[in-house]
Amino acid sequence: MSSTTDPHPHFEQQVADLHDYLMKFARLQLRNETWAEDAVSEVMVAALAKPQAFGNRSQLKTWLVGILKHKVIDAIRQRSREVCQSGDGSDNDEDPLDYLGFKADGHYNEPPADWGNPEQQASSRQFFEVLEACINVLPAAQGRLFLMREWLELSSEDICKELGLTATNLYVQLHRARLRLRECLELNWYGKALKP
Amino acid sequence: MMPLMRTCKDATALLVAREDHALAWRDRLALRLHLLVCKACPRFARQMFSMRNQLKQWRNYTTPD
Repeated sequence: MSSTTDPHPHFEQQVADLHDYLMKFARLQLRNETWAEDAVSEVMVAALAKPQAFGNRSQLKTWLVGILKHKVIDAIRQRSREVCQSGDGSDNDEDPLDYLGFKADGHYNEPPADWGNPEQQASSRQFFEVLEACINVLPAAQGRLFLMREWLELSSEDICKELGLTATNLYVQLHRARLRLRECLELNWYGKALKP
Repeated sequence: MMPLMRTCKDATALLVAREDHALAWRDRLALRLHLLVCKACPRFARQMFSMRNQLKQWRNYTTPD
C-alpha cells in the first residue's frame, strides 16, 4: 500500500491516538487486560482497513466505540463461561439491600438521601470518573453483566441467551450491582455534595 | 395477609428490579400503592431515576477534545 495515494493521510495517527480511550471501555467491560487488548487491536485493524474522513474527533470516537462494542460482544461470546465467574470468590450471600438500613418490620431507619433533581444535567467529567471507578470496583462478573445492560445496552433476555444464564441468576447479579453502585455514588459523590 | 401491601424493603427491591425486567402486574400495582403512602421510598425511586439518567449520559458522552 503506497502512502502517497492515501486519501486520508492523518487517519492512522488519529486512530492510534484513541487507543487509550478505547482501552478504558474495553477494560471496564471485560475486566481482563488480555481480552481488552485483543478487542481493541481488532478495532484498530478493522478501522484502518476502512480509512475515512471524520469532521471531528468526537465523530471518530463514536465510530470506533461502535466497532468496539461489536468486538467486545464477540469476546464475551467466545468466553461466555469465564465471563460469569468472578474469580475472586469475594461475592458472598449478603444482600446489599441491607446497606440501606431497614428495621425488622421492613421500614427504613432513615429515609434515603435527596440526590437532587434526577433530570439535571449535573454530569461532568469528574462525575463520570467517579461513576467509572464505582463500576470498576464491582466484582468482575457483576461488573461485566451490569455493563452488558448499561454500556452494550443488551436486553436481559439477550444476556441470558448469550451466556446461558437463568433469568433469576442474572437478576440477582444486577440487583447487587445496582445497589452497590448506588452506595458507591452516595459515598463518593453525593456524600460530598450533600455535606460540603 | 394483604396481597397488595409491601414493606419499604420489598418496594425498594422492586424499584431496583424494574430497571432490568418488567414487573408482574400485581407488583406494579403494589409498588404504586406503596409509593403513594410512603415518604422514604419515593426518594429511593428518584435515586434510581438519577442513576438511569446518569448512565445514559455516560454512555453517550464523548470527551470534547
